[in-house]
Amino acid sequence: MGHFLIVGILVIVMAVLTYIGLDAAGLMPVQASAQAVSIDWLWNWQLVAISFLFSLIVVPLVYSLAVFRRKKGETGDGAHIEGNTPLEIAWTVIPLFIVLVFAYMGAYSLGETRRVDPNALVIKVQARQFAWTFEYPEYGIVSSELHLPVNKQVLLKMESADVIHSFWVPEFRVKQDVVPGRVTEYRITPTLIGSYKVRCAELCGSAHAYMENPVIVNSQADYDAWISAQAAIAAEAAKTPEGQGKSLTVKNGCIGCHSLDGSKMTGPTWFNLYGSEAALADGSTVLRDDAYIAESILNPKAKEVKGFAPTVMPAYPLTDEEIANIIAYLKTLK
Amino acid sequence: MINPSPARGWLFFAVGLAAAYAAGMGLVYAVSGVLTYVHLVPILLATVVSATTMSWGASGFSPLTKGFLGLTLGGLLGYALGLVIDLLVQGLVDWAAPTASLFSLLIGFTAFFLGVAGLNAVSKGLIWQIIGTLTGAILVSLIRAAMGLEWSGTFLFTEPAWVTGAFLGVLFFLGGNGSVSDWFKWARGIDTPEHHEDAPGWQKYLSVSLDHKVIGIQYTVTALFLIGVGGLFALIFRAELAASQLQFLTNDVRLFGQTGPQLYNTFMSLHGMIMIISILLGIAGMINYAVPFLLGAQDMAFPRLNAFSFWIAVPASVLMLMSLILGGFDTGWTGYPPLSARAPVGMQMFFLGVFTAGWSSILGALNTIATVLRMRAKGMTAFRMPIFVWAAVATSIIALTATQLIGLSFQLVMFQRLLGMGFFDPAKGGNPVLFQHLFWFYSHPAVYVFILPGLGIISELIPVFARKPLFGYRWIAMSSLAIALVGFLVWAHHMFTSGMNEYLRVPFMYSTLLVAVPTGVKFFSWVATLWKGKIWTPTPMLFVLGGLVVFLLGGLSGPPNATVSTDLHLHDTYFIVGHFHDTIFGGFVFPFFAAIYYWFPKATGRRMSETLGKLHFWLMTPAFFVLTFGMMRIGLLGMRRRIADYDPALNFDFTHLILTVAGFLIALSVMIFIYNFFHSIKNGEKAEGNIWGSRSPEWQVPSPLPAHNYDQPFEVVGEPYDYGLPGAKYIEFVKPAKSGRK
Repeated sequence: MGHFLIVGILVIVMAVLTYIGLDAAGLMPVQASAQAVSIDWLWNWQLVAISFLFSLIVVPLVYSLAVFRRKKGETGDGAHIEGNTPLEIAWTVIPLFIVLVFAYMGAYSLGETRRVDPNALVIKVQARQFAWTFEYPEYGIVSSELHLPVNKQVLLKMESADVIHSFWVPEFRVKQDVVPGRVTEYRITPTLIGSYKVRCAELCGSAHAYMENPVIVNSQADYDAWISAQAAIAAEAAKTPEGQGKSLTVKNGCIGCHSLDGSKMTGPTWFNLYGSEAALADGSTVLRDDAYIAESILNPKAKEVKGFAPTVMPAYPLTDEEIANIIAYLKTLK
Repeated sequence: MINPSPARGWLFFAVGLAAAYAAGMGLVYAVSGVLTYVHLVPILLATVVSATTMSWGASGFSPLTKGFLGLTLGGLLGYALGLVIDLLVQGLVDWAAPTASLFSLLIGFTAFFLGVAGLNAVSKGLIWQIIGTLTGAILVSLIRAAMGLEWSGTFLFTEPAWVTGAFLGVLFFLGGNGSVSDWFKWARGIDTPEHHEDAPGWQKYLSVSLDHKVIGIQYTVTALFLIGVGGLFALIFRAELAASQLQFLTNDVRLFGQTGPQLYNTFMSLHGMIMIISILLGIAGMINYAVPFLLGAQDMAFPRLNAFSFWIAVPASVLMLMSLILGGFDTGWTGYPPLSARAPVGMQMFFLGVFTAGWSSILGALNTIATVLRMRAKGMTAFRMPIFVWAAVATSIIALTATQLIGLSFQLVMFQRLLGMGFFDPAKGGNPVLFQHLFWFYSHPAVYVFILPGLGIISELIPVFARKPLFGYRWIAMSSLAIALVGFLVWAHHMFTSGMNEYLRVPFMYSTLLVAVPTGVKFFSWVATLWKGKIWTPTPMLFVLGGLVVFLLGGLSGPPNATVSTDLHLHDTYFIVGHFHDTIFGGFVFPFFAAIYYWFPKATGRRMSETLGKLHFWLMTPAFFVLTFGMMRIGLLGMRRRIADYDPALNFDFTHLILTVAGFLIALSVMIFIYNFFHSIKNGEKAEGNIWGSRSPEWQVPSPLPAHNYDQPFEVVGEPYDYGLPGAKYIEFVKPAKSGRK
């Protein structure tokens, strides 16, 4: 009886200490969405269960190792206890009940994350190797940054151009795969103004690690200002070849791999690219003129620059006009 | 000539290492004109040469020395051959060419076994595998050329040629090394002796033996080898991950047709699958070694099938290594299309390798079930079998029936690539999510295959080291079956974010959480067995207890993944990586070591060093705790899995450094184990009796066991785990019948 009492007390003490420790450790990122609330609530209850169950097993185990240890020179056996059917039934039925409760809590929490606001703002998301593109159809905006107004539900309609990707902002908690051949949906209500990142969470190829784009949660006023500014830029850009070229590079996710400022990314930087010479992987050099650029877009494998991942860039079947616009844009990057 | 000794061994190691490294650097300088200190050529050369010289110094011109010499010379010869072939066919000299590396690997590996013991089942098999691979590839290339199609590809042959070649290579291996010769003889009406006499000494481990104990050891040693290879890959990518930004697997690197990040993905993917295969071989090792003598049988029901199941794993492993060299693959071990449909040729080698290894699993399971059903000793009713046998049966039920699905899912992607069938291609009306259902329908039950035997080892060993009956034997036996059954109903919990039907996620959440109930029964029973026992903790027991606690962490990190809403955050992060390393280390790795330390004396008549065993445990266990808690922490905070590099702004650099150090410490502890294992075979303290005081049948006869286990058969007259009951017997040996055959 004494052993049981001591162990019982130790289990409760250890469970409480473990829970306090886990809670204090700040295991989750900051909570930035309405959907995160029920997820974090459930996670907290899971920590309670984990703390208790961990103690329930480890405390008697360590206690036994200390108290029921064979002493040096001892040769006898332990107590001949084969089992205890009521105990077996108890530790089958009670966990069964607890498991069902947690499953129900899980279903409830899932439901909370799927609450639908019929007036949700719809934004289109394009995922491709290795960048995200965001389209605001009613404004004609295509952006590599996702801007969202705080406290409004947003419905992202997501499509993939090539392989499976996955949309995840850790501070929002919710994650959803983007699958080629279908449109997957992601509902989120950001609640905390700030700068976050969407990080692709399904292995999509060699530069999967770098498939991250900014997600900015603005106040309503800042959001509206951003929309107006972007819409104006888009309208202006549509008037010139360079502007149209720039829109194309955002829309097709080019800037996910090609930097504009000289920094080294998955693909060669576009800064000062036009008209320069480059060493190719096979040892020859090439002048990066209109013909070369056109070929690189339509058939990237043909002439690959030394020092960059071969076969990573997919072919983009763009029209001659689109390519000409892009070249016009590239010429401005000096 | 020289007097071999350990000291000489170390001296020769140092000299060989330095000389070969310098020579390698010299070669690189001669070709590139640049003095490079860190390069694969000196590293590889130094490794094989120093192994040769070390062995020469420590053991003279022994089989092992000859083997390493073969590896070195064969590797160099193969490399030169590959360069020549590339020059002839492609017209260029590519020093980092996959062709040269592939020939180097295959010929070097074969030459190792030729050096060690001449023509044996391994070297013969490998020679035939090389012949078969080339035959198939050349045949298909000739046909393609005749049809006016492209007959040469990025990696010398085209993909269809490589796939055909690889497939034929597996068949030729099996045909050529003797593992199917008895069956072919029977098909031609020729009788063969029922029992084969094994070669004396260690040569039998390189031959086709029908003795389950030899096969069990072959499985175990191969598993340990693959753990080494998979572990090496992990150390490589963990070294890269130790700091953010790419340090050495950069875009400038070009090896085996892959850049640094692509190599990262290949190493990471192969780490997963090679470790999985090592688990399958390790559990086959434990089951094939122990089950017959636990039952009182002389051998498994089908000894030739047993041998075949082992030998087919060897060409499968070769295919895995070939996949690294033939362009690698960037999908992780899960191989999801559309990414896997567009990966390099290495993807096909991976698919074929897994398909081949699956045969080993299925046939081994069939053998186990037949043996348990039909070959138990007299009086051994179902509930008087050792508990490990229940675990083996539950495992085998899964392996027998579910493995086909991974073969099928991979086969469909192979057909999509080779024959244009659009199973998973939306442009052709296919559905990528379908692959995930087919794949996980096996791969989830597979994880129960991985852990049920290890949990059976824990159940088997705790009574011995607590000197107490196994608490609730029948409930534990049933819990293994329950886990196996419920395990078939949970697969889509790997797909909660996949885009499958939203509502479908809820029933899978319920079924997944349900698995916690029979698992809980095991944990409570283990603690109850320890309670009021007389516990002693030699090395096997340390690993049992360590496995229990680590598996507990795995089991407790399970429910947050099982619950859909929390899983939306956790999926594809390092939290999951932490979870499955917990379950795998706790359910397989720790119990596997426990089983080896426990049964080593039974196999050899000597025990492994207790000091080194304890060092292994106390190095591995804290390192593992650091690893797993670190992984789960950064996973929760935003560290995705399968990424070669991570955002410095996340502040994970320090944790990653710690994780890398922990990984290296685990590797060190395993190397200590490997040394202990091989050194103790000849030099371990003699241990010919029942050193653990176990009631189990195999410990009632002296060690090592004779060829057919028991000179006298036994009858079961009591319960297996009646420790603490005076006079209680489990088995009684009976006089054999006069006409009994040994």
